[in-house]
Amino acid sequence: MKFLNNLTFGQYVPADSPVHSLDPRCKILAVPVVLTGIFMAGHVAAFAAWAGLLAALAWYSRLPFRLVLNSAKPVLILVAFTALIHIFFTDGTPILKLGFVTITREGVAAAAQMGLRLLLLVLFASFLTLTTKPMELSDGLERLFSPLVRFGFPAHELAMMMTIALRFIPTLLTETDRIMKAQLARGASFDRGSLWKRLKAFIPVLIPLFVIVFQRAEELATAMEARCYRGGEGRTRMRPLRWSGRDTAALAATVAVVVALAAGERSLLP
Amino acid sequence: MSITVEALCHTYHPGTPLETRALDDVSLQCGRGEWLSIVGHTGSGKSTLAQHLNGILFPDSGTVSVDGMQVVEKSPNMRDIRRAVGLVFQYPEQQLFAEDVMEELSFAPTNWGVQSDRIAPLASAALSMVGLDDSYLARSPLNLSGGEKRKIAIASVLAGEPSYLVLDEPTAGLDSWSRRELTDLLARLKKEGTGIILVTHDLDIALNLSDSILMLDRGRSAAFGAPSEIMRYLVANSVPGLRLPDIAALSAAIGRSDPAAPLTWDRAELKRWIKARETGGRRP
Ligand SMILES: Nc1ncnc2c1ncn2[C@@H]1O[C@H](COP(=O)(O)OP(=O)(O)OP(=O)(O)O)[C@@H](O)[C@H]1O
Ligand SMILES: [Mg+2]
Repeated sequence: MKFLNNLTFGQYVPADSPVHSLDPRCKILAVPVVLTGIFMAGHVAAFAAWAGLLAALAWYSRLPFRLVLNSAKPVLILVAFTALIHIFFTDGTPILKLGFVTITREGVAAAAQMGLRLLLLVLFASFLTLTTKPMELSDGLERLFSPLVRFGFPAHELAMMMTIALRFIPTLLTETDRIMKAQLARGASFDRGSLWKRLKAFIPVLIPLFVIVFQRAEELATAMEARCYRGGEGRTRMRPLRWSGRDTAALAATVAVVVALAAGERSLLP
Repeated sequence: MSITVEALCHTYHPGTPLETRALDDVSLQCGRGEWLSIVGHTGSGKSTLAQHLNGILFPDSGTVSVDGMQVVEKSPNMRDIRRAVGLVFQYPEQQLFAEDVMEELSFAPTNWGVQSDRIAPLASAALSMVGLDDSYLARSPLNLSGGEKRKIAIASVLAGEPSYLVLDEPTAGLDSWSRRELTDLLARLKKEGTGIILVTHDLDIALNLSDSILMLDRGRSAAFGAPSEIMRYLVANSVPGLRLPDIAALSAAIGRSDPAAPLTWDRAELKRWIKARETGGRRP
């Protein structure tokens, strides 16, 4: 049994690449820009261009392409589900009749379009977490939201909560894996019997997990208090974020690519 | 009837940047009624090896077999294998989940399909093996002390009546008295015919109680043999993370100036030799 041994969705993969070293704010801002671009794409050629850009980005980030593709695995079901809905519920010229369902030419086209669009969205979005350390990510978000602090928005607190949550995900997965193995060794089985039985088999995993999580949370709180943590006010940073010319250039290039692709599709393709 | 491992290799996360070669060409054998200790530096692959012995992890290459049953994924004998080989994980107290100790101790026997009227005697026998009495049966495992929790966790594996017992550093964090109780229990189980495989940092326990010792070094088997062979190996080679017990180090130091001195980790033996030398002049 493989358990949770696979890399989890979008987990940070260290590498020495120009994309990794960009300011996190630049990458965070680039994501909605790219997502808008993909949403505007409709033609096969446009999707091909985005797929090409994806491969180029993977190469530029020094990440194996297979690993990037793997990060979309958890959402494949969602993609397939969306595509199926479009196949069955789009009106148009029928090409196939199976009993009471009719599959239309327009339905197939819409399914392919939505499926590809979702897949590309997820794959591009996963670059943000693949190439940015969780700490940088939350630092970036905190800085982006800091203008709102004036209006009472808890930017620092939210960023801190996000950091801690992100930091705990791998720990939780490791702990779950360990406890599942330990119960397996005592004869538990998680993949046999009825659905009810399988759900019940998880009780001996969940209870120790809760105990560990609360213990960890308490230890962390104590450790933070012992180091005099008291929120964001007046707090300085060890590694202040630095926005450089490279970041401006990267963001500008992203906007340019999106605009060019959208304009190109409008004017060149029927 | 034995656990046999041949040329076992295991890699975590193959084909990703996190790829780690945890075990590389490791072999061992341990029969019922024998005691094998696995020692090695932290990160040398001891826990990974232990998890192969009852089908929690599976070999990338090489073979593991338990009483002639091959341990492979989807083996039809998987339940028999897991039942035959009791595995006590590192920090087993973290796996306790039940409302009371009785339920905790019944978990393994119930899963193995033991008849319900036999379970209560098994539970209370396991409890007394780890030196606790029946008054614990109704208590919540979460309200016990760390050492008591550890004992309950070990008892919960013993209640499944395994033919082999694999323990991953069961003495870590225990006081010296509890440690002694635990090793006494293991020695007794061994005498009654259980095969003991003990993962430990404690060379004193390994040298004194094992029939054989496997020493791992960064996933490879550095040495495998009787305690005396391992002791000779350790005197000749320094192994990171492993320190000879004091008596053994002393006897090795004496041996360097007097080649007639015995190479031993046994306090009584060394004492006898020193006494004999004092009374009998130059040579005993
Ligand atoms: N679940 C896992 N995923 C990835 N790598 C792992 C995993 N478990 C162990 N490793 C790696 O495999 C190697 C061997 O680990 P293992 O836990 O078997 O060592 P060990 O000898 O038991 O160490 P210790 O004495 O600290 O318990 C280490 O390099 C470790 O980082
Ligand atoms: Mg270990």
